Amino acid sequence: MLYRTAGQYKTTYRADQGLFPIKQDAFLLGLILVFAWVVFPFTATEFTFQTLLTPILIYSLAALGLNILTGYAGQLSLGTGAFMGVGAYACYKLVTLMPWMNPIIAILLSGVFSAGVGVAFGIPSLRIKGFYLAIATLAAQFFLVWLFEKWSWLYNDNASGAIQVPNLEIFGIYVSGPQAASVTQYYLVLAIVTLLTWVTINLTRGNLGRTWKATRDMDIAAELIGINLMRSKLTAFAISSYIVGVSGALFVFMWRGAAEPNLFDIPLSFRVLFIAIIGGLGSILGNYLGAILIVGLPVLLGTLPSALGIQVESALIEHLNTMIVGSLIIFFLIIEPHGLAQLWRLIREKLIIWPFPH
Amino acid sequence: MEILNKIFIAPFADMVAAPDFLMQVLWEGLVSGVLYALIALGFVLIYRSSRIFNFAQGIMVVFAALTLVGLHEMGVPAWISVALTLAVMFGLAVTIERVVLRPLVGQPDLILFMATIGITLFLIGLGEIVFGGANKVMITSELGIPTGDLVLEPFGGLLILQHIDITAVIVAALLVIALLLFLNRTRMGRAIRALGDDHQAALSVGISLQTVWVLVWFIAGIIALVTGIAWGSRAGVSFALEVIAYKALPVLMLGGLESITGAIIGGLMIGMLEKMFEIYWGGPLLGGNTESWFAYVLALVVLLFRPQGLFGEKIIERV
Repeated sequence: MLYRTAGQYKTTYRADQGLFPIKQDAFLLGLILVFAWVVFPFTATEFTFQTLLTPILIYSLAALGLNILTGYAGQLSLGTGAFMGVGAYACYKLVTLMPWMNPIIAILLSGVFSAGVGVAFGIPSLRIKGFYLAIATLAAQFFLVWLFEKWSWLYNDNASGAIQVPNLEIFGIYVSGPQAASVTQYYLVLAIVTLLTWVTINLTRGNLGRTWKATRDMDIAAELIGINLMRSKLTAFAISSYIVGVSGALFVFMWRGAAEPNLFDIPLSFRVLFIAIIGGLGSILGNYLGAILIVGLPVLLGTLPSALGIQVESALIEHLNTMIVGSLIIFFLIIEPHGLAQLWRLIREKLIIWPFPH
Repeated sequence: MEILNKIFIAPFADMVAAPDFLMQVLWEGLVSGVLYALIALGFVLIYRSSRIFNFAQGIMVVFAALTLVGLHEMGVPAWISVALTLAVMFGLAVTIERVVLRPLVGQPDLILFMATIGITLFLIGLGEIVFGGANKVMITSELGIPTGDLVLEPFGGLLILQHIDITAVIVAALLVIALLLFLNRTRMGRAIRALGDDHQAALSVGISLQTVWVLVWFIAGIIALVTGIAWGSRAGVSFALEVIAYKALPVLMLGGLESITGAIIGGLMIGMLEKMFEIYWGGPLLGGNTESWFAYVLALVVLLFRPQGLFGEKIIERV
């Protein structure tokens, strides 16, 4: 009914390959964008910005970066957290060394550094595959976090060993630091996420995306049909690390406000990996659905007992949370190994033919 | 010149000047290496029989140790708690097989790997709720493990070997021998190896996948308990023990994911080399704490030359 395709004819191949083969998809996306850009900012409270809206966007961006590498190019990485760290530290150095720099430019530039580091750690992928590569990316994870701790130049020789986000402003409006308003930060994150998502969608649909997918599906076959594996894998590492690095800079500058090296440790990497896998590998939409689930669920579970009027210790809630997230991961893997995006795809198929079974 | 001296000459001069200290370092490395090897063995067994990269091995160590200590705190005699802990690990193996693995048979490796991370999170939450997050003391003396030092004096120096460590090495060696005998000499062991070689062929000659998986996870549980006791008596029992799993991963890379020999040799190599690197190079030159990444970088370098690890099966690809 709602998804009726009758009457939508396509007369050219170009139209058939379009981003929105069905008009309703475009309408739905428009609706979501209106909510994200207009409705949420005007209705959300400070708490919602800080615990839901901003973190969901940042985590989805990180998962989007990982998804390019793992979902599209087929190279499993467990070092996402450390690459986010590279972005965050690079951004910190940029804004403290060059305080006149526009923060948005600093954030977008910081991704370049993590892209460089990503390519360096991606070189082993030319020889190593599968789980061996996954463990090799852990080398990046442990080495980089160690470096964040030992290289005091990175955090300007702070006694605490942590980076503290300074007050930064664009055209007289504070965008980061203690004085920034949540809604400004939300808009900035939203703008960058929208931009990078748009770029990614186009990249994955274009020539580069097809080379990545060919590499993922079978790298030897891809090589035989003339794809340069080195270029394909390393561009995947570079672009993925760029996006992950930008998300790391946003993570610290627009949300956390301060960061210690162990913030970028393994749990963060796994969190992003969960989002990418539960959302669906090789899909753009999945990152958002996964982030909503993984970020939103603990918040929901945390507020549920008090809403029901039950007194529970906060430590117990936290442990229950861990358990429930663990079981949910298993649950979702069992019911739909291809992730929430696939679930949506099935629902959409059903909606198109509804109310007739065939 | 100064830096070259510090890298290439000074450490070796130190080694020659104080051979007793070098031996102490090597011994410490050997003990941790044995434990890394044990954990890696648990990984290899599960990987060989089911192609599951079991990330939960580390948390199983913590869980086993916590159960043991927790039971003893409730007043159960030491050896009975060991038996009960083994029963718990068996129950865990059966549950994991039933609830998690059976519905996921035939899924891509990555999905199964993620499922074991799910198991890890679940066990962390459960363990925290049931036993609490506080650091506990391993019931070493109650289990009859000697606690004391063996002091040797080689080259006129001093070498201190803790009885706990000696026991750990001996028990680990016995466990490995028992495991090898089991795998090579018994019917079930042959079934496990057959399943590792070819799933379908093994199924078609009547080997039960379910039984083997439960068995393999149970063996991994036993290994986890032994490691938990050994590591716990050195450092106390807490969730910090989980990091030992991250130590076993480079061992697997170095030795090869399928090889039992590789796990043992890789474990010993990494244990000793990382200690030596930390003492002679990492500490003085890089500000210490290099143990967190040294093993990975070492394994990565080896892998660049042998992509399947030192003893892994050669990767043959067909299009």
